[in-house]
Amino acid sequence: MSLWNRHKIFEKNSIILIAGILVVIAIGGLVEIMPLFYLKSTIEAVDGVRPYTPLELAGRNIYVREGCYLCHSQMIRPLRDEVERYGHYSLAAESMYDHPFQWGSKRTGPDLARVGGKYSDDWHVTHLINPRSIVPQSVMPGYPALAKTEVDPSDIAAHLRTSRAVGVPYTDEQIANAAADLKAQTDPDNPGSDALQKRYPKALVRNFDGKPGNPTELDALIAYLQMLGTLVDFKLYNEKANLR
Amino acid sequence: MTSPSSVSKSMTMGEAGLMSAFAVLAFVCFLGAAMGHDSAFSFHAALACSASLSAVVMIGNRYLDRPAALPAAEIGGRPNYYLGPIKFASAMAMFWGIAGFTVGLIIAMQLAWPALNFDLPWTTFGRLRPLHTSAVIFAFGGNVLIASSFYVVQKTCRTRLAGDLAPWFVVVGYNFFILIAGTGYLQGVTQSKEYAEPEWYADLWLTIVWVTYLFVFLMTLVKRKEPHIFVANWFYLAFIITIAVLHLGNNPALPVSFLGSKSYIVWGGVQDAMFQWWYGHNAVGFFLTAGFLAIMYYFIPKRAERPVYSYRLSIIHFWALIFLYIWAGPHHLHYTALPDWAQTLGMTFSIMLWMPSWGGMINGLMTLSGAWDKLRTDPVLRMMVVSVAFYGMSTFEGPMMAIKVVNSLSHYTDWTIGHVHSGALGWVGFVSFGALYCLIPWLWNRQLYSLKLVNWHFWISTIGIVLYISAMWVSGILQGLMWRAYTSLGFLEYSFIESVEAMHPFYIIRAAGGALFLIGALIMAVNLWMTVNAGKANETKGAGAVQPAE
Repeated sequence: MSLWNRHKIFEKNSIILIAGILVVIAIGGLVEIMPLFYLKSTIEAVDGVRPYTPLELAGRNIYVREGCYLCHSQMIRPLRDEVERYGHYSLAAESMYDHPFQWGSKRTGPDLARVGGKYSDDWHVTHLINPRSIVPQSVMPGYPALAKTEVDPSDIAAHLRTSRAVGVPYTDEQIANAAADLKAQTDPDNPGSDALQKRYPKALVRNFDGKPGNPTELDALIAYLQMLGTLVDFKLYNEKANLR
Repeated sequence: MTSPSSVSKSMTMGEAGLMSAFAVLAFVCFLGAAMGHDSAFSFHAALACSASLSAVVMIGNRYLDRPAALPAAEIGGRPNYYLGPIKFASAMAMFWGIAGFTVGLIIAMQLAWPALNFDLPWTTFGRLRPLHTSAVIFAFGGNVLIASSFYVVQKTCRTRLAGDLAPWFVVVGYNFFILIAGTGYLQGVTQSKEYAEPEWYADLWLTIVWVTYLFVFLMTLVKRKEPHIFVANWFYLAFIITIAVLHLGNNPALPVSFLGSKSYIVWGGVQDAMFQWWYGHNAVGFFLTAGFLAIMYYFIPKRAERPVYSYRLSIIHFWALIFLYIWAGPHHLHYTALPDWAQTLGMTFSIMLWMPSWGGMINGLMTLSGAWDKLRTDPVLRMMVVSVAFYGMSTFEGPMMAIKVVNSLSHYTDWTIGHVHSGALGWVGFVSFGALYCLIPWLWNRQLYSLKLVNWHFWISTIGIVLYISAMWVSGILQGLMWRAYTSLGFLEYSFIESVEAMHPFYIIRAAGGALFLIGALIMAVNLWMTVNAGKANETKGAGAVQPAE
């Protein structure tokens, strides 16, 4: 009985009511979120994960811009059918440099976490421009404009610098060479392409859209798709290594 | 305070301050438009510049037109309620509702007939989908919440809304945020965080508007004439405060340039995922639930002319709901790279959440005790009661889907979409419609134009919802089962594209359901338009008897 009366303090004082609400809603969030920043087990150490190359980052920004995440997840769950369909289940480390994350919430289309290397560049070019020309039942929109738009190299260094400010470990050297690296990645004859691959191990250097000239948005998006899920070598990965 | 002619007319601090702030903002935005690094940013800066200039003109005109004394807080011992901003927000709610439902119908048809994407950058599903979700949740739902909260807080505190320009700033500023967000999506300006897509400058603007909203609401509570704060206001307050916390927690971002639209979110990877769904699920919990429960707690008792069923249940309902909801986010991340302990916490609290949710439902439904007969004659009340029933249904379905094994089937499928829409169309949609059917006649002091049309709206929309959610249940479960089906030889039975193909008939049924829901809303818009423009004036109390529905 008296407890109900005690509740009056909240009903009669708006500031105390606000304080009560703030305390009550803070608990759950604090308990679930704060430990993720200091528990080592949250992101287990894995070899091979590196920041995106300038071209891959540009491609990733196109992926974000077009809302690809609304129909494609990038998170393979450790379930038998998913591992067989898409590949090894996703590790936290594989998205540690993703600002923001792209795990997605819906699979109107298939998961893309390990789409890298599954299809040829030609397939992607055709599919992105007109999906139904290669997959008749597909409901994906076509993106013909990507092939006609060049990637603007002028502010790519600023993108790397901003990423570094939010925690992606880009080096000074990577930032200084960002614009050059952007161009070099679509041109195997470019003298800078060896240095690019040193700065970004496993970076794919080739003309992704098959057209000569400066990198297009299609180049960038395909470069991003072709590296997805390929950085960790699962022949060497030891899932027991992080057990404690 | 009301000594008339002796008062010499002068600008209030608010008028002068806001006019100069907007003048400065107009100049800054002009520079932004001229120097912007990308066309979307320049376009938005130009929009903001012209909006700021119009604000300066409007505030100036308003000052010139108004009498020297500000409106009295009371007239003849009765509160002089401030209705202008509420009228604006409820009209905007109707407008955005139609817009949001229409875009929803378009993207539903795109999934059935992909040629409707037209393969132009600004008409593809990926850009229209955030336009749909933001338009229905934040534009339609948000305007309903702001309008109803400003109304309820005044009535239940028996005092005039705090502030003179501030309430107008809230309603117009909020709708300007929607405009920036929506035109941004079409141009590909997005953070890609679901339900938090607007970029950094829109987020900053929303922060200013939202804090003002909190102050207006709070200051009205502070100067209330009633000793107790009515239960609906607890829910409104929890909604306003928590949304502020969630918005600030989920959105910190660093722009690449202060003259460009692109930014990088501070959080990354698994932490970003956790922040996102802490935000995402509580946008459901506090925006789409707590706020609309406030509507339930005021409008259902009012319309049924019965007191809230149980006062103690509402206390338990309130605290349990806001405490438990915050924990539920990780159920969006089952079996992902989020640590297991967080997933288990999310699942556990989601299941517990079933109880306060149904407590609230019972409290709403039982308010009808002794007035159940009104369901036969009053389609507006029927709409609100059915909304509470949908609330009960989706708050059972939600905890069930949060169980990890169920989620392993349902996640990533259309079942989620069906679940969301049974809550969104059935609960949020119907309770909002009910509230607007009450509010518009009250605000304009008219009788509702036609109860018969409400009845049509109710049945057409209900059939639409049933088509929508049952199509999504079938397609979602079918999808989930096809993905995990194995042949007797131990191979995956279906390729992914076969599951896409199998969805086609259900996508058509879903679009038909959405079309019916939209038709219902159009009937409503006509009805409300006629109420305001051709409705009979509401004479003294009791004179305007409610017409029977048939």
